[in-house]
Amino acid sequence: MLKNSMSVEFMAISDNERFARSVAAAFVIGLDPTMEEISEIKTAVSEAVTNAIIHGYNDTGRGRIVMEGTIYEDSVEFRISDEGVGISDIRRAREPLYTGKPEDERSGMGFTIMETFMDSVEVESEKNKGTSIIMTKTVKQVGK
Amino acid sequence: MELTVIGKYRALVIRPDDELDQHSAENIRTEADRLLKKTGLCNVVFDMRNVRFMDSSGIGVIMGRYRTVCTMGGVVAICGMNSLIDRVVQMSGLRDIVIITDRLQNALEEVLSVCLKTV
Ligand SMILES: Nc1ncnc2c1ncn2[C@@H]1O[C@H](COP(=O)(O)OP(=O)(O)O)[C@@H](O)[C@H]1O
Ligand SMILES: [Mg+2]
Repeated sequence: MLKNSMSVEFMAISDNERFARSVAAAFVIGLDPTMEEISEIKTAVSEAVTNAIIHGYNDTGRGRIVMEGTIYEDSVEFRISDEGVGISDIRRAREPLYTGKPEDERSGMGFTIMETFMDSVEVESEKNKGTSIIMTKTVKQVGK
Repeated sequence: MELTVIGKYRALVIRPDDELDQHSAENIRTEADRLLKKTGLCNVVFDMRNVRFMDSSGIGVIMGRYRTVCTMGGVVAICGMNSLIDRVVQMSGLRDIVIITDRLQNALEEVLSVCLKTV
């Protein structure tokens, strides 16, 4: 059962990485997550938003990112979307250590971190149309 | 961020602020590389005592400094990580190529001893 939902839209600039993960952390507070779960969610959101900024929009600062959050009974879903360049080979992009920008000191660990810290990660992408990352996580709810 | 040169250990100590993401990584990169070039130091220690948050952009910064000092016969160490950062470092395989300690003093002693061995 859906219990809460939200959506924010912001400019694709790196100052907003911190903004996005703070919003995500504040949004899940109602689920009574552990400190560890909050850290995991913040890190996964930070990875998806950073990717939209530096890959989706090629670090131009132009373009907007939408982050939607939905809280269900004991889980949360985040959808982070850009209207950037898109991903042509999603399977390769998700491989650990793969980066499309090796000259930029990227580690290629973004997707691996999202997959490790969340329960599921889905990628919807179309070349030159944009990318959406949909991530879910069940929260243990210590207080209940 | 604080940058400290410790000549006795031939090390540049980088102490990033509370959140290490793509945004703050940019600054660390340019400032650290400028100092490394100027001083010719071969070792880098990332002192993470103030860092509460780090994503894969932090891994990129550490790997980048590793590549730089490797060519000069130096090493990279990381100290004072919280458990979240430790997990991210673990995942990336960095543990196999850098020195990891709890305390700064141990990190400094280890980088110096590795450095002396290779000279
Ligand atoms: N939103 C996006 N738009 C376009 N390409 C993306 C997007 N997200 C990820 N990618 C592609 O997937 C690759 C792997 O991403 P990731 O695992 O986060 O590594 P990194 O960001 O370090 O390159 C990126 O290098 C990029 O080519
Ligand atoms: Mg990434």
